[in-house]
Amino acid sequence: MKFAVIVFPGSNCDLDLYHAVKDELGEEAEYVRHDSGDLSSFDGILLPGGFSYGDYLRCGAISRFSAVMGEIRKAADAGKPVLGICNGFQILTEAGLLPGALLRNKELKFICRTAGLTVTNADTMFTSEYTEGETIRIPVAHGEGNYYCDDQTLERLKLNRQIVFTYSEDFNGSREGIAGIVNERGNVLGMMPHPERAVHELIGGTDGLRLFRSIVKQWREAHVAHA
Amino acid sequence: MKKVKIYVTLRESVLDPQGAAVQGSLHKLGYSEVADVRIGKYMELLIDPDGRDPETAVKEMCEKLLTNTVIEDYRFEVEEAVAQ
Repeated sequence: MKFAVIVFPGSNCDLDLYHAVKDELGEEAEYVRHDSGDLSSFDGILLPGGFSYGDYLRCGAISRFSAVMGEIRKAADAGKPVLGICNGFQILTEAGLLPGALLRNKELKFICRTAGLTVTNADTMFTSEYTEGETIRIPVAHGEGNYYCDDQTLERLKLNRQIVFTYSEDFNGSREGIAGIVNERGNVLGMMPHPERAVHELIGGTDGLRLFRSIVKQWREAHVAHA
Repeated sequence: MKKVKIYVTLRESVLDPQGAAVQGSLHKLGYSEVADVRIGKYMELLIDPDGRDPETAVKEMCEKLLTNTVIEDYRFEVEEAVAQ
């Protein structure tokens, strides 16, 4: 499976993502610049964390108009897995590929720690290697991770089972403790925690690895089984 | 030339922790009459209208890029720019 790791000016988790899928999973990965025009040869798209465009105006507000975003929208429409982590999640909400928005943490502090996450939907292409209801440990590092959406949107998220991860305890003020959501179709996931930072025992656990394994497993079942 | 002043605040339904902290601080200073504080952003644009109605253009800019209407409200004023 071939992943594109999108690089915006100010991305800083792109190397970790590349390492996770290339070195830990042994899949193909390539960096793709924000001003690139074609993603058709990739099977999965990864939007890394960081501070694209210095978080100027709002996190992700400027990145969402990057040339590559049109291609990401195409990939999403084609049903390819699109994963946005941290700043990547913020970009996906700004672009309207995911509902809601990320506000400043309720205590106005940047929070860097390992968080407990509950897997609230193990029935997605991103979470099939987890058990529903299980608690996993994934690092978070964000100043604007306080997920917000209006009541109507929240109802829809619940109805369609789009809430995929919730925090085991509230620390940033997110509505209903939401840490990660998918789009209605289920092929675009945005999450504030960093699974790419939990891919080896040496760095504090491997709970994040199963997320990437889930994506690869789903892709192989859909594409390789028939080969 | 037109000068556009844009005011952006968090929507009423969105908690503004910064505003709440500042309100608390004002109360401590004895300004008990302050009932609410909302902190926002102020932007100034200088526009050279090129046939396009600046009101319409600025509204578009606000909806597309300058604000996120999921969480923010905005209002703006268009005035004649005074030559420096």
